[in-house]
Amino acid sequence: MNKLIEVINLRKEYKNLVAVNDISFSISAGVCFGLLGPNGAGKSTTIEMIEGIKTPTSGEIRYKGKARDKHFAQQCGIQFQSTALQDFLTGREVLKLYGKFYKRTLTIEQLIEDCDLQEFIDRPANKLSGGQKQRLLLALALINDPEIVFLDEPTTGLDPQSRRRFWELIQSIKAQGKTVVLTTHYMDEAESLCDELLIVDHGRIIDKGSPTELLSKHLPNKQVCLQQTGLQLNGIYGEAHEANGQTIISTLSIEQTIKELIELGLDLTTLQVRSPTLEDLFIKLTGHQLRD
Amino acid sequence: MNRFWAIFRARNIEFYRDKGAFGWAIVFPLLIIFGCAIAFSKPDNSVVTIGYWGDDALLNALPLSQESYAKFQKVKSLDSGKYQIQHHQLDLLLAGSENDSAITYWVNQESPASKAARQLLLASNQSAPEQANLQEQALSGRAVRYVDWVMPGVLGMNMMFASLFGVGYVIVRYRQNGVLKRLQATPVTASQFISAQLASRLLIVTGINSAIFLACYYLLDLLVLGNLFTLLLINATGAIALLSVGLLVASRTASEELASGMLNVLTWPMMFFSQVWFSLENSPQWMITLAQFLPLTHIVDGSRKVMIEGAGLAELAYPLTALGITTVFCVSAAAYLFRWSKD
Repeated sequence: MNKLIEVINLRKEYKNLVAVNDISFSISAGVCFGLLGPNGAGKSTTIEMIEGIKTPTSGEIRYKGKARDKHFAQQCGIQFQSTALQDFLTGREVLKLYGKFYKRTLTIEQLIEDCDLQEFIDRPANKLSGGQKQRLLLALALINDPEIVFLDEPTTGLDPQSRRRFWELIQSIKAQGKTVVLTTHYMDEAESLCDELLIVDHGRIIDKGSPTELLSKHLPNKQVCLQQTGLQLNGIYGEAHEANGQTIISTLSIEQTIKELIELGLDLTTLQVRSPTLEDLFIKLTGHQLRD
Repeated sequence: MNRFWAIFRARNIEFYRDKGAFGWAIVFPLLIIFGCAIAFSKPDNSVVTIGYWGDDALLNALPLSQESYAKFQKVKSLDSGKYQIQHHQLDLLLAGSENDSAITYWVNQESPASKAARQLLLASNQSAPEQANLQEQALSGRAVRYVDWVMPGVLGMNMMFASLFGVGYVIVRYRQNGVLKRLQATPVTASQFISAQLASRLLIVTGINSAIFLACYYLLDLLVLGNLFTLLLINATGAIALLSVGLLVASRTASEELASGMLNVLTWPMMFFSQVWFSLENSPQWMITLAQFLPLTHIVDGSRKVMIEGAGLAELAYPLTALGITTVFCVSAAAYLFRWSKD
């Protein structure tokens, strides 16, 4: 796949802090690329350096193989983690205002439809709910019909229904062939949306790859759980341990383990099979929760 | 230009829809103007004020100088004395002739107090054992009331608050809540954003100040001897200078509290030293010198020259130059220091 963005030895230092520590990666065209990490990991700093909002201390960022120029702003769409809009303008007026900044824009009607803005488009921006405001900000990010869209924790603070609605909008952006760069600390969001992941912590890359690749690389085992303790499981396929009133068997073959449990004649009515999640992966890689 | 006009228009709409700010921008100066008009509507006519130019011996030769109802004061120059007669700040002006012993007195035919003072002078002279040789010179001119004098100051003060806080606070708030950061992510340049903010605020400030001026001009029958366009020019130039100062304050500041403190530090000295409420004529020299560094001083001084003295463009060269220098310095510094985001 074509490399749309290449980040080479990117570094950002503040007075007493190295926020981003010589990281290198690339983003292919047409994918949803996720930056995962806990708060303070360096996700937003990295994405803002790529966007051109922050100046790197050192390193190089290439767009389509070349250094970004002043035209980059015409070709990218950005939604920040937290931002306000002009208080006394309606959603429609905000879209019209930002539409004047670009050479090529989508129509207001199309944005209203694409981002589901009908019910509040003529309401002042300061009277919108969290979910409505995020949808309007997404419309602003799409107003110039960008090739690449940066979404910095777009669903933080939204209720579950609004988050799901937002995911659908991002899926529809992906379906249009646009490249999406997403930072999040919601693992279900990353699993649902991202094709490629970059896991960062303390300004460094911990690992990168597709969710499937990362899980199979670091957590190949699945877990078979029984709501019982004190079971005699000597010689069973997998590694068994007890925790929180459960017996958990970590195994590479669920079929083999369940077959042996049946042969042992155990009561399997409480049996559950659990696949490892990205959250498990992150805990394994970094030693702490993503929301820490 | 498309981006400039889009931001310019959006900012104007925001201001108009912010009912609190919009209402206060009009109500506040009107309250002050009408308060002044009411407070100073009754002039003190209990004493006849007579100015004199020349030796004190001239004054002592007149029997009127012995009367308690006549208050005498020496004028700075003959021209300033005549100016005061024309505008009813003195009731009579006396000056000795260089060639003979005659005493010339100037009287304002349009001032009843001036005519009364003349009668008192002539009556006291006739009853004196040695009569002075008095020669009359007539002048005319409208009275300059305190409200005529204070009006340029009040308009200037309103302009100062509207400009400094208007542009300064808005930009700092935009920076604090992330609006500036959002704009930074678009192709809009800093110069496009700044110039649109300045133009929008200039339109608002000059528009509101012009409306207040016209309302007071007709309601209070304000004295305006000069040209209205000249008055607009000095005020618009002053507004640009004050907006530039506000822009400089807002160029990097990320906190509204800090901006508020800095703007107060700037506005309070101007309130006191820029001759909004009182003249610095008899103040210490350091205070007069300090006032020359304050843009409001030049706005108020220029406006008064146009309104009360009927000054034209030539007489406004100094205040216009001072305001121009302020603008160039502050805009250059603000452009150098400006940043979009908090960090």
